[in-house]
Amino acid sequence: MDESLTFLLSIFPRLLAAVPLTLALTAISGVIGNALAVPVALARLSPNPLLWMPSAFYILLMRGTPLLVQTYLIYYGLGEILPGSFIQQTFLWEYLKDGFWYAVFAFSLNTAGYTGEILRGAMSAVPRGEIEAAKAYGMSSGQILWRVTLPRAIQICLPAMSGETILLLKATSLASLITVWDIMGTARQIQKESYRIYEPLIAAGIIYIVTVFILTRLLNGLERRINQHRAAPQSA
Amino acid sequence: MDTTLKVEDLHKRFGDAEVLKGVSLSANTGDVIAMIGSSGSGKSTLLRCINLLEIPNSGRVYVNGELIRMKAMPDGTAKPEDQKQVERIRSKLAMVFQNFNLWSHRTILENVIEAPVHVLGVPKKEAIEKAEALLAKVGIADKRNFYPNHLSGGQQQRAAIARALAMDPSVLLFDEPTSALDPELVGEVLQVMRKLAEEGRTMLVVTHEMGFARDVASQIVFLHKGQIEEQGTPSEVIGHPKSERLKQFLSSTRH
Repeated sequence: MDESLTFLLSIFPRLLAAVPLTLALTAISGVIGNALAVPVALARLSPNPLLWMPSAFYILLMRGTPLLVQTYLIYYGLGEILPGSFIQQTFLWEYLKDGFWYAVFAFSLNTAGYTGEILRGAMSAVPRGEIEAAKAYGMSSGQILWRVTLPRAIQICLPAMSGETILLLKATSLASLITVWDIMGTARQIQKESYRIYEPLIAAGIIYIVTVFILTRLLNGLERRINQHRAAPQSA
Repeated sequence: MDTTLKVEDLHKRFGDAEVLKGVSLSANTGDVIAMIGSSGSGKSTLLRCINLLEIPNSGRVYVNGELIRMKAMPDGTAKPEDQKQVERIRSKLAMVFQNFNLWSHRTILENVIEAPVHVLGVPKKEAIEKAEALLAKVGIADKRNFYPNHLSGGQQQRAAIARALAMDPSVLLFDEPTSALDPELVGEVLQVMRKLAEEGRTMLVVTHEMGFARDVASQIVFLHKGQIEEQGTPSEVIGHPKSERLKQFLSSTRH
C-alpha cells in the first residue's frame, strides 16, 4: 500500500504537465464550438426549410451519435482523405500530422451542435418586447441580433453553457484515444510503462476533479458578472 | 403649419378579422392626439402600424412629408419596399410601450444612449451628457447605473420616456403608457407626459386616462371597430359627444 501511494505521488508531476494540453483542448474547442453554435442556432430558427432542416439534422447528428464515434470518424476518415490532397501542400499539413487538431475539430463540431440547440432555446426565450423596442428605435436586423437578441440569449443560457464547458473538459479525455497526450493520454502511457492499472487512473481522476472545481468557480464568477442585472441593486 | 405625421386610409387585417378599416389621421407639429376607445377598437394597432411594428395591408403613412414606400404582395398583405427607409423613419418615431420594454441587460443610462449612439451615430460622450440631462428631467438621475429590473414600474416607464426623448423624435408614440402601472405610480408618468406636451412635443397617445386626454390633448380621436367614430377637441369629444357609441364609452369610463 505504501509503495502504491509512493508511486501514485511520483506520477503527479508528469500528469500535471499534461494539464495545459487538456485546458488548451477545452478552450480552443469551446471557443470555436460556441462561435459555430451561433450560426447553427440562427439557421435552426429560420423559417426557411433550406436553413432550418440542415441545422436540425446537424444538431440531431451531433447529439445522437457518441462523441467517440465522431472523433474516430474525423481522425481516421480525414486521415484517409487528406494525405495526397492539396492540403498536404499547405502550411496546415504540419498541424494535421498531430491528433490534437483532429480532436479540436471533432470537439468543436460536437459543441456547436449541443450549444446550438441550447442557444436556439434561449434566443426564443428573449422577451419579444425588447426585440420590438429595438425595431421601433430603428435598429437593423444585424444590430438587433448582436446588441439585443444574442447578449440576452447568452445571459439566459449561461448556466447551461457553463455546464456544457465542464462536460467538454471531461470529454477531451477521449482525445487520448487518437494519440493526444492530454491528462488521460499521459495516464494511459504511464499504465503501459509501469504495468500498473489503478494508480494512473486515480491520479488522473484527482487532477480532473480539481481542474473541474477551479473551472466551475471561474465560470460561476463569470455568470455573476454577466448576470449583474439579476443581482441586488448597486448604489448610484 | 407643418404636417408632421399623416396617415391615409390605413387598413389592417389579422387573418379574417379586419382591425383597421380605413383610418386617416394627421398631426401637426405640437399636436397632442389622444386615441381612445374600448379594447379591440384598433387604437394600439393603429399606433403600431405607424412605425411598422405591424405592417398595414394598405394605406399610406407620411412622416415629415416623406411617404413610407410599401409594395403590395400577391396574398393581400404589403411589405416595405426599402428596409433602410423604414429604419430611418422609425428612428424619428420614438415609441413608449405599455410594458416599458427596456433592454434588461443594459443599465438605465445604457438604455438611453443605445439608439442615439448605434442608430443615429451620435458620439458616445455627447449622448451620455444628453442622457444624463434627460434622466434628470424625468426625475431618475440617481438611477442611471441601475438595471431596469431594479426600478419600479413608474421609474422604468420614465426611463423609457427618456430613451424616447434621446432620439429627438419628430413624433412620440405612446402605447397605453400607464396601463401596466400600479395605480399609485400612474401620476408620476402622466406628470412627465404633461410636461412634454407643454414643451410642444408632437405626441400620439393611446390611453385609457380620460383625465389626461381631457386636460392635455389638443385633439381626441375615438376609435370604434377599426374606424374613427368621432374626432375633435376635448371639449367637443368629451363635453359634447354626438354618437351613441361614444356616449356609451364615456359613461362606462366615468365611475
